[in-house]
Amino acid sequence: MTETPNSFRAQPDEAGHFGEYGGRYVAETLMPLVLDLEREYRAAQADPAFREQFDDLLEHYVGRPSPLYFAERLTEALGGAQVWFKRDELNHTGAHKINNCIGQILLAIRMGKTRIIAETGAGQHGVATATVCARFGLPCTIYMGATDVVRQQPNVFRMKLLGAEVVPVTSGAATLKDAMNEGMRDWVANVHDTFYIIGTAAGPHPYPEMVRDFQSIIGREAREQMQGRVGRLPDLLVACIGGGSNALGLFHPFLDDRDVKMLGVEAAGHGLDGTEHAASLLGGSPGVLHGNRTYLLQDEDGQITEGHSISAGLDYPGIGPEHAWLKDSGRVEYTAVTDDEALQAFQLLCRTEGIIPALEPSHAIAAVQKRAKDMPKDSIILANLCGRGDKDIFTVAEKLGVEI
Amino acid sequence: MSERLASAFAKGHPALVCFLTAGDGDTAANLDALVAGGADVIELGMPFTDPMADGSAIQNANIRSLAKGTRTANILEMAAQFRIRHSEVPLVLMGYANPMIRRGPEWFASAAHEAGVDGVICVDIPPEEDEALGPALRAKGIAPIRLATPTTDAKRLPRVLEGSSGFLYYVSVAGITGKQQAAQASIEDAVARLKSATDLPVAVGFGVRTPEQAGAIARVADGVVVGSALVELVAEHGEAAPEHLRTLTASLAQAVHAARKV
Repeated sequence: MTETPNSFRAQPDEAGHFGEYGGRYVAETLMPLVLDLEREYRAAQADPAFREQFDDLLEHYVGRPSPLYFAERLTEALGGAQVWFKRDELNHTGAHKINNCIGQILLAIRMGKTRIIAETGAGQHGVATATVCARFGLPCTIYMGATDVVRQQPNVFRMKLLGAEVVPVTSGAATLKDAMNEGMRDWVANVHDTFYIIGTAAGPHPYPEMVRDFQSIIGREAREQMQGRVGRLPDLLVACIGGGSNALGLFHPFLDDRDVKMLGVEAAGHGLDGTEHAASLLGGSPGVLHGNRTYLLQDEDGQITEGHSISAGLDYPGIGPEHAWLKDSGRVEYTAVTDDEALQAFQLLCRTEGIIPALEPSHAIAAVQKRAKDMPKDSIILANLCGRGDKDIFTVAEKLGVEI
Repeated sequence: MSERLASAFAKGHPALVCFLTAGDGDTAANLDALVAGGADVIELGMPFTDPMADGSAIQNANIRSLAKGTRTANILEMAAQFRIRHSEVPLVLMGYANPMIRRGPEWFASAAHEAGVDGVICVDIPPEEDEALGPALRAKGIAPIRLATPTTDAKRLPRVLEGSSGFLYYVSVAGITGKQQAAQASIEDAVARLKSATDLPVAVGFGVRTPEQAGAIARVADGVVVGSALVELVAEHGEAAPEHLRTLTASLAQAVHAARKV
């Protein structure tokens, strides 16, 4: 446990460190670029025109603010705390990913870059990236593990419809981490014209900070909406965590509200006692991967092990470095939910609220279920519904033994 | 710092630096073949599950090695045995941060020192993150060898040089290992620029495959690094690799050593 800081919102430091985490662990070829990106990001932050364009696109293209919704029937079913949802699944493209992609493509254009690359796991970030590339007329290459390409055909087709080139990655385990390796390899070979839109709050500084900032629109809106609707802040925030960008987006604006508790929910897959999970914080240890120091799934030699989750979006062996810091500082509590629990929560939300959630936030809903019943009826839980479930219906059908 | 490394660059001719991935094939026999062929410095690659800066040849070598069950302890043992067989040839470990710092930088530096390792090249620890490994290496007299690239401009170069020793590794292309080769003219410009900024020997690598290329680079550089072309021979010939490695190394060494007197 580290000493309690004056503010939990002042990270990272100038070198991109969140305590001992984060940093810029990249090859020398990329280092000047990463420094350049940071300079440009600082300039953009100070430029009201950048903010204005970002806000305008979020409002008129993405459809923000997303609603804050009181889940009345779910609350009744759980019999405890009031459950509210931040409805980021209603965004254009159906997930929170687009918030970050809008910010990064505006930065890419500002930097004069003419080509965009990205990695994707489930395909949500790939679709969001392909979307903003189509919107701004930039060519786009998406790296996706060959295993994921097979599992996520609808999203692969969406990306292609939007004009993106989807490159199946066959190296390593052919999943998200390998797609990220291939993204890095492309970037290092095309540094002069290419911008890498990283999809989560991880990677070398300034990505973790930048992605968090772009996603913080979620928490800023929620804070204001909550004040407006019930005149106070929620008691508990809940969000699922793969790389951790939707959770940071919700949590960050509340970090200094000491009465607001926070719960991050990792994917426990088949259970934390085995190796078939994707819980880097609860089942991993600190190390260096993909440009930052953070908690990783790894063996005793530092070789990275494969994560498993029913949700392809949580299936990553690392986590954003700010979560690593928030865990060690004790400000945010972390828990994990199994595939089966998430699947059950998925069905519960479908039937109580008429909302088909993605499998990622189904993990958050399962955690809400466990907590709500032990909390007083006048207490408030706010969970981030960060993606809609259309993409997951085939996976769910298969798990439930239903033929579509 | 390492006398073996200093001597390797003070033989009166440019040095040939040869890379192989540890645990891919019969490493001891393969390394002996490189020495017999005339390699002046050996780079032993530490396999990693996520080799982000490597092209397919070395990626596949990493996968083959890890699939055979190569552990960090095995790599250190290979280094120690090499040191027993070749007391004068410098050995450099090259790889990625996570396997190096997993048990703590001091542990790694001590173990490498005991195995007779002369230098360490860590691809993903730039000078900005030197604390993660550099101080531990220097405390044990192991040379932290840094990389300079086409994107390392004059303003940044002093930062790269600070705290580095052994030699400076110039990555001649902005890209991954084993792919395209840089134009000779750009290499010459870059080496001249680097040499005006440091007294460290400058070795040039990435995309160097043939004796002709190696010889041309050796006319301006202090050393030439060859990796993927050797690793491919291991993949292609398996147990018979040593003979092929020796042949290619000998022709590379001849071209590099004859390029000029220094």
